[in-house]
Amino acid sequence: MKVMAQISMVMNLDKCIGCHTCSVTCKQAWTNRTGVEYVWFNNVETRPGVGYPRTYEDQEKWRGGWKRTKRGNLKLKDGGRLWKLAHIFSNPKLPEIHDYYEPWTYDYDMLLNAPAGDQIPVAKPRSLLTGEDTKISWSANWDDNLGGSLETMQDDPILQKMSESVEAEFSKAFMFYLPRICEHCLNPSCVASCPSGAMYKRAEDGIVLVDQDQCRGWRMCVSGCPYKKVYFNHRTGKAEKCTMCYPRIEVGLPTVCAETCVGRLRYIGLVLYDADLVAEAASVEDEHALLAAQRSILLDPNDPAVIEQARKDGIQEDWIDAAQRSPIWKLIQQYEVALPLHPEYRTMPMVWYIPPLSPVVDVVSGSGADGEDARTLFAAIEKLRIPIGYLAEMFSAGDPDPVDLALRRMAAMRSYMRGVNLDGEGDERIARAVGMPGEDLQEMYRLLAIAKYEERYVIPSAHAEQAHDLEEMGCSLDFEDGPGMGGAGPFGSSSGQSVPVAVENFQSLEARQTADRPSSPGRVNLLNWDGNGTPRGLFPPKGKDVPQGDMGPVQSTGKRNKGKDV
Amino acid sequence: MSPIEIVLWVAVPYVSIIAFVAGHIWRYRYDKFGWTTRSSQTYENALLRWGSPMFHLGILMVLAGHVVGLFIPREWLYAIGITEEMYHWGATVMGSFAAVLTLAGLAILIYRRRTVGPVFLATTVMDKVMYVFLALTLGFGTLATFVHQVFGSGFHYRETISPWLRSIFGFQPQPELMANVPILFDLHVLSALALFALWPFTRLVHVFSAPVGYLFRPYVVYRSRDDVQGTRAPKRGWDPISTPDPQRLRRP
Ligand code: HEM
Ligand code: SF4
Ligand code: SF4
Repeated sequence: MKVMAQISMVMNLDKCIGCHTCSVTCKQAWTNRTGVEYVWFNNVETRPGVGYPRTYEDQEKWRGGWKRTKRGNLKLKDGGRLWKLAHIFSNPKLPEIHDYYEPWTYDYDMLLNAPAGDQIPVAKPRSLLTGEDTKISWSANWDDNLGGSLETMQDDPILQKMSESVEAEFSKAFMFYLPRICEHCLNPSCVASCPSGAMYKRAEDGIVLVDQDQCRGWRMCVSGCPYKKVYFNHRTGKAEKCTMCYPRIEVGLPTVCAETCVGRLRYIGLVLYDADLVAEAASVEDEHALLAAQRSILLDPNDPAVIEQARKDGIQEDWIDAAQRSPIWKLIQQYEVALPLHPEYRTMPMVWYIPPLSPVVDVVSGSGADGEDARTLFAAIEKLRIPIGYLAEMFSAGDPDPVDLALRRMAAMRSYMRGVNLDGEGDERIARAVGMPGEDLQEMYRLLAIAKYEERYVIPSAHAEQAHDLEEMGCSLDFEDGPGMGGAGPFGSSSGQSVPVAVENFQSLEARQTADRPSSPGRVNLLNWDGNGTPRGLFPPKGKDVPQGDMGPVQSTGKRNKGKDV
Repeated sequence: MSPIEIVLWVAVPYVSIIAFVAGHIWRYRYDKFGWTTRSSQTYENALLRWGSPMFHLGILMVLAGHVVGLFIPREWLYAIGITEEMYHWGATVMGSFAAVLTLAGLAILIYRRRTVGPVFLATTVMDKVMYVFLALTLGFGTLATFVHQVFGSGFHYRETISPWLRSIFGFQPQPELMANVPILFDLHVLSALALFALWPFTRLVHVFSAPVGYLFRPYVVYRSRDDVQGTRAPKRGWDPISTPDPQRLRRP
């Protein structure tokens, strides 16, 4: 047994309202640059729909992920190493820009500089690739809310797997949103496809990253990832992907998408897993058994044997503690309501989803029945085979049972809690029907409905003390009072050499920003002032009785509000 | 030995070699971030799908041919039973095939660079310079082969150019060997030397990161946060990354 820790996420699809806040904040944080205009580390798809890039789930076409060979080994679905190298000069499975969309801007200048005329000037769309006028015909969420889906929906790879006759009625009855980030897989096929070894999985927290200095632009990772979550920066010629906001995670903050999620439906935490068993679990023959196999390699953080081995494998106490408090562990393993996206790709994805019950509830309430009654809901889940089939294709390789169980538990929670709220106690029969004690249902309800920030995000900080011999400490902190030393650079707070993203710097920066005295002592000129304290000579004296110390009167600017809700 | 011959066949080659070696070291230290193929496949694949493999397979064959022709003394080949006729015939037939493949590929690539809008906008000045010298080198080389080897009486470069080149690498330059070489071969050699001098400053550096290591490493790579900390002070990339010039965007 080799215990490793993995940062992972669970999203409760029941609560996603498809507002795209996560996509937008992520884009602002990471991909608002040239070359990555079309890149959405976080995107939200309306399902049924073709997804982004279009039909990425059709692995017969894109050949991402792994396949099991006859001898029971895993091989990249696209072909072995030699095959990859032989096709390096032009990668036959690389999506073109038109499989995403052609990025554009608008000719805003026209609005300001158009000569006076009868018509109101318009800003025409312009392609960011060619500079020519362009017709916008697709984007990252073109079929949002099933808009225009009648034309494209039949291309949804999952619908194509299912029978055709249900489609029309289906779109009326059933729709949900699927926010997607990189899965930070336990068995990442992107990493395995990278010829130059520039992609790696971090040993400490399992985050999958691209080393920008080592990437040589062979673009094999893009086609290797079945979720198409590695993108090619067409300006720099290098691959980029969701970073799980590692600079935030390292200091214990949730990712930007999670932090800003309007529905507060994202959970982040650690899981411990047995790294020795990953390959075995990813190569079980029966696709339906993949989910159970993946669950089986996640280790119980409360098991003394696991704890002991974790310590031996160098996992720190606070990380073990975080793993024990992890909401992820509970949702995946204890309540079994969270399911992985497309386990059949055999990459062992680590962003899991609670399938949406709301479409079922909508149908039930829409028909005038009681949408909170357990028996009605169970019956509806039973009857609505189409949504179940669809969800099963997404979250359990086509096996309806896990989806069925997850939805029943969600339904049970709903009506059990109605009992608690209206009658003062829940109906234990409901709990028993889904194989969970009533207290567990209540606990699950707490976690899903009212959990606070600290319970939704249990993220231990990275261990900076292990990193004392970092090479860049020399260069980022090497000047007296430099940004790294807790002081401003020569020309105010953001001057000086650019500061590398690292916990150490984050903490000193935060200390400085929340300090109640200026970072550069002595007389401060306005250009250098970083807004903290009131340096001498900057403001007119307030009154005669104010003592005139060296620093002048120091007014606290207060601790920075850490932005934690509730 | 006129001074001009000394310059051409002693000075220029050494300058080119120094620029090539020192340039690569400098670029690697200064601009790891810019060390990439700068693939343009996301923009366009219909032409690239043919052009790039044709060009690359061709050029790799050409390279292999040059290694055999220039660096392996013919006596060694005689020793393993490859006679002058066999060599001449093989080199000419395979060489011509590789040349045609390479040139056809190159033509597709250049046509694509010029006509496909996004690819053209992403073309840097160094790309253009590189293509000029690459095309000249390949063009003169092919021309020389066709004029002298295929249709002519056959020029014995293994008695002249090859020993001259080896003499350069042996630090005992013998420029006199190049005295009677036909002009087309001269031009081929000189344009190649210019290309080598430019090499480290173009996208051609990607050749030196050909990923052979991929065949021997485990599939999944793990790295510790501590040993990457990819946070060295960022250096300026070779090709500056900037927003497209609005003036260029406005081009009709
Ligand atoms: C040794 C193995 C080599 C590999 C693996 C390799 C790989 C590649 C790749 C992946 C591209 C990007 C194609 C794209 O997607 O746009 C490329 C482009 C290019 N390569 Fe190579 N290459 C190799 C050797 C060479 C050599 C020896 C030369 C010439 C002397 C060369 C000249 C070029 C040129 C000119 C381009 C640009 C094509 C264009 O987009 O116009 N390569 N190479
Ligand atoms: S989802 Fe992420 S970790 Fe998994 S293969 Fe794709 S890019 Fe790699
Ligand atoms: S911010 Fe939250 S609710 Fe809004 S689309 Fe993203 S995941 Fe859904």
